[in-house]
Amino acid sequence: MSRVGPVITGGIVGALAALLVKWGNPGNMGICVACFTRDIAGALGLHHAAVVQYLRPEIAGFILGSFISALLSREYLPRTGSSPLIRFFLGFFAMIGALVFLGCPWRAYLRLAGGDWNAIPGILGLITGIVIGIMFLWKGYNLGRAYEVKKGAGYIMPAVAVVLLVMVILRPTFGAGGTTGPVFFSEKGPGAMYAPFAVALGVGLLVGWLAQRSRFCTVGAIRDLVMLRDPHLFNGVVAFIIMAFVTNFFLGQFNPGFEGQPVAHTNSLWNFMGMVLAGLAFTLAGGCPGRQFIMTGEGDGDSAVFVLGMLTGAGFAHNFSLASSPSGPGAFGPAATMIGILFCLAIGFLMRDKFE
Amino acid sequence: MSEPVVVDAKGLSCPQPILETRKALSKIREGTVEVLVDTVTSRENVARFARNQGWKVYLEDHGDWHKVILTR
Repeated sequence: MSRVGPVITGGIVGALAALLVKWGNPGNMGICVACFTRDIAGALGLHHAAVVQYLRPEIAGFILGSFISALLSREYLPRTGSSPLIRFFLGFFAMIGALVFLGCPWRAYLRLAGGDWNAIPGILGLITGIVIGIMFLWKGYNLGRAYEVKKGAGYIMPAVAVVLLVMVILRPTFGAGGTTGPVFFSEKGPGAMYAPFAVALGVGLLVGWLAQRSRFCTVGAIRDLVMLRDPHLFNGVVAFIIMAFVTNFFLGQFNPGFEGQPVAHTNSLWNFMGMVLAGLAFTLAGGCPGRQFIMTGEGDGDSAVFVLGMLTGAGFAHNFSLASSPSGPGAFGPAATMIGILFCLAIGFLMRDKFE
Repeated sequence: MSEPVVVDAKGLSCPQPILETRKALSKIREGTVEVLVDTVTSRENVARFARNQGWKVYLEDHGDWHKVILTR
């Protein structure tokens, strides 16, 4: 899976993402790592936006697919210790940026492939954020070394994934008197739109396996292209967009325009700025949200902390009126975006090596 | 034949191993650079980068870490 790995992965995942919409997921949201994490946060009661609560089995599939793949290929390597607290907050603010735009980089490309032109300012913002991150990388920014830890340390995230899957099946209620959630499941809105459990889990496992083998990364793609003139990962993103577009087109899911797009708003400024924040935070953390989940399956404890930061950020985003809705940015979304950008800039400056 | 330059990139996350390798390669026109990494991903990335820069690449597996030997 070396040279053509990302292209094969991108193509298959792009087609599957479009198909997942056909099979029940929300529009242009066949796969959205940020949105799905946000839905999981809601299902667990970490926020109370009733329309976005579901334990997306795709996410558990990512972790388990990667975990199995890493074990079979002898690439399972538990490691941690590279500035975990900073990674937590990078995940936190990456999520806020993504929820101001309404999608992670995966969904930004999927929205483009579905004809949602509001994705264009988002993707331009993403590229801008990544370029700012690259400038810090050139200046010696890094979060320090991770160190190998005992094998058992890497079992936690796969175990969490199994627990999430069990809860999707059993739908337990832990709320007052045991009659209400959490676990919450949306009765209407995007959270109530989902592909059948086995399909979603199957796709998640396949994507986890493919992405682990190929190192598919939607942020590393642009970073490596700009920074190193290396199109290896970028080719995968191109294949992802093309195959999602082609599949959407033949399924009648390609609806070009700005207005009335599913789970999207038309405020170009904050579509752009939200993704500046997300792109910068993902670049400073070393990879897109999908890649972070995949690395948790390989045993990377720092990625797991990043992911938990994303989960927490999703809770805050909805509890504190930061997340956007189809009517536009949340009341405090723009302010939180600026705070997030300032945080990332501070981290970028402070975490530089003094070069000889 | 001078001693190889050793770059210890173990534990560094993406894209640091490449940046450290790039820094080492930029200091010498020819010779040998040994890059130590602990993940297969970093091994692949460093090897691909060096090949693209016109260096010959040899790999040594040391169990839980890898040595990527670059020569020109």
